[in-house]
Amino acid sequence: MSRLADLPRRRFLTGAAALSLAGLLPGWARSAAGEASPQALSGERIDLTIGHAPLRIDGRKGHAIAINGAVPGPLIRLKQGRNVRIAVTNTLDEDTSIHWHGVLTPSHMDGVPGLSFPGIKPGQTFVYEFPVIQAGTYWYHSHSGVQEQMGHYAPMIIDPAGPEPAPYDREHVIVLSDHSFLHPHEIIARLKRQAGYFNRRRQTLAGLLAGKDQPLGERLEWSRMRMDPTDILDVTGSTYAYLVNGHGPQSNWTGLFSPGERVRLRFVNAAAMTIFNLRIPGLPMTVVQADGQDIRPVETDELQISNAETFDVIVHPTADRAYAIVAEAADSSGMARATLAPRPGMTAQVPPLRRRPLLTMRDMGMDMSGHGGHAMDMSMRNPKNAPGLKLGPGVQAIAPMPADRTGDRGTGLADAPHRVLVYADLEALKPNLDAQPPARTIDVHLTGNMERFMWSFDGAAYSEGAQPITLRRDERVRVNLINDTMMNHPIHLHGHFVELVNGKPADRQPRKHTVNVMPGAKLAFDLTANAPGDWAFHCHMLLHMHAGMFRVVTVRPLDGEAA
Amino acid sequence: MKATLGLVALATLATASAASAQDPHAGHGAQAGDPHAGHEAHAPAAPQEPPPGPTAFDADRHFPKAEMDAARARLRHEHGHMAWSKVMIDRLELRPGAGPDIYAWDGFASYGGDIDRFVLKSRGEGARKLEAAEVEALWGRAITPWFNLQMGGRQDLQHDGRTYGVVAVEGLAPYELHLDAALYLSTHGDLSARFEASHDYRVTQRLILQPRAEAHLSAENVPSQGVGAGLSHLELGLRLRYVLTPDWAPYLGVEHERALGRTARLARAAGENPRGTRLVVGLRAGF
Repeated sequence: MSRLADLPRRRFLTGAAALSLAGLLPGWARSAAGEASPQALSGERIDLTIGHAPLRIDGRKGHAIAINGAVPGPLIRLKQGRNVRIAVTNTLDEDTSIHWHGVLTPSHMDGVPGLSFPGIKPGQTFVYEFPVIQAGTYWYHSHSGVQEQMGHYAPMIIDPAGPEPAPYDREHVIVLSDHSFLHPHEIIARLKRQAGYFNRRRQTLAGLLAGKDQPLGERLEWSRMRMDPTDILDVTGSTYAYLVNGHGPQSNWTGLFSPGERVRLRFVNAAAMTIFNLRIPGLPMTVVQADGQDIRPVETDELQISNAETFDVIVHPTADRAYAIVAEAADSSGMARATLAPRPGMTAQVPPLRRRPLLTMRDMGMDMSGHGGHAMDMSMRNPKNAPGLKLGPGVQAIAPMPADRTGDRGTGLADAPHRVLVYADLEALKPNLDAQPPARTIDVHLTGNMERFMWSFDGAAYSEGAQPITLRRDERVRVNLINDTMMNHPIHLHGHFVELVNGKPADRQPRKHTVNVMPGAKLAFDLTANAPGDWAFHCHMLLHMHAGMFRVVTVRPLDGEAA
Repeated sequence: MKATLGLVALATLATASAASAQDPHAGHGAQAGDPHAGHEAHAPAAPQEPPPGPTAFDADRHFPKAEMDAARARLRHEHGHMAWSKVMIDRLELRPGAGPDIYAWDGFASYGGDIDRFVLKSRGEGARKLEAAEVEALWGRAITPWFNLQMGGRQDLQHDGRTYGVVAVEGLAPYELHLDAALYLSTHGDLSARFEASHDYRVTQRLILQPRAEAHLSAENVPSQGVGAGLSHLELGLRLRYVLTPDWAPYLGVEHERALGRTARLARAAGENPRGTRLVVGLRAGF
């Protein structure tokens, strides 16, 4: 490792190792660090070490699988147009890996064990090497087992080769995550043993008498369907601490600014199972990037960031006061909290958790709008609504009338009394290279059984032998993701950006690496299959993926192969 | 994965070469071969046939195939194949009252995946001494999103220690009614059945009121067990449990039991009271 290290980085690594013993964090994640830009590992050669590490959240000690001894791991900062060589050493007693989320690499550098490469064995060093062809805010994490939930994640910034379209005076990286002191395997086992195990805020008879939540008739109707309108996130604040840059809510991570500065906040949702609703009360946010891709700036007061998504916003605080950064779990069962302030030690008023949202018939794929009088088969599990799909025990329902929900506010935000970013607001800043109409349509059903905690695509878990989705190289396809479940599913396709069909002109559809499909929604994206190889395609709710919501997408021919 | 993909590969090899021979545009945008593409500039095209599955893995061009094969097997395994255990002690309770206190238990342990599971059930009761106890060993299989089929054997540990074959269906019915219906055929040829139904009313986040009913039926008289043909036995319970954690919940309640018909007459003839109502105090635990 030292062979590869240049001097400044060596100093940093030594520092990081020393800090981890004290339970501290890499420079970029430290609270109230004064720099205009966070400390980062950069250059064309970078060394990372994966290992066990102690972890401390709001004073409570735990265990983590960490990158360079800390959670989150080091910020990597690259430059578009250069090459990078990242050597990853595994000191664990199990295999590990790093996937560069949203970063376009050759298929064999994508970091998915069993698909792109064999994985990194204990004691082994694997060298990733790829040209950096894009710019933006990204992140990287393990694709082995459930290591990501145990702390194996970190941010990555790629600075553009040309001028920055959304210039700023100062920047902060804000990595949101969730941590439980339970082992992730125990979390999934509990969910399988008992549906809604972590839900402590169901509807009650006391609530009914007090006039809260659904009225009796609706409750009976949902009970008849064996559905729970309070089942919003599988794993909740009852076991999770929600973190900002590794800091629990009590630790009040603080990002400094000088009044009048344009401050860029690079938000990354590195949580395993949590969708966050994100706001800075009193400070409008101008969203300039989504999933690392520049968008036409749009000002908002709150946005939802689903698992694995990134959003870059510019804020312009002019007053000499502190602002609270509030990232509330979409089910309002808890929040990650941080402060933006001119000086260390300041706090702003943190709003209380909001009322727990309730799912509606729209979340069940029963969109009644615009179909008045039209006789529809509204049965919840009609094979006609999903031809060819195997209706086994893992498929609880087939959405009878899935809706385009790109204009809907995310779960938990229906009643927010201010502007909320929706997918339909996103518009690519620069035209997309390929705006041809798709020549082929592929329907993929997102299927599951919340009672048994089973999750799959098209009714088949990957372990059941689900076959790849096959694409011809350079063909342009439209993929319809039909969410037959009552959960949000952030769907990630490796190796490509997909263009979200959100009502914007074809050449301005926003490019994304991860798209959140709302419950009961049909969400479409267009895709030019220009990256030959074998790619993972999965739900980025870690435990949904672990339960089988995973497929392989193949793009052929490979380089040098006959068509 | 290797085996499956290999098969697909073999099966599609011929069609793949045929298709690529016919389709010179493969890899250059499929719309070139689609005469309707121009008319649908703003509408997505209808689903078409996907290309055949690939015949080789990309990673095998960069890494040793043997290592990749092992990793591919693990990838399959890690995404959906998970074995987990569950222990559910539904009722572990004491029923104080006139005469000796009655104790009773009912629970199961299971192990397996989402579809197939091995299930071990046990229930029994006694007063001063053990009066009835049984164990069932079953293979459980998920047959619908909500219901499981269970098949196996039951061994009575008291009375004449009969052995039975069991077929049961259990799961969650509309209106969130927990149902369990089991059919037993003993090695002596007597046929009997049990039906259970319960519902959890969530009074508050921690208080759950559970009404429960259980009925036993027998196709014939089984004098050695004091059971007469027909509806033989009925239990009606109401339990209010306090959820300390989702795993542990102590409860208080009331249980009414009665023997019916010929079974009741047999009980009276044996000098027993065929009906009784008692308070119950117990613990429900699952982990």
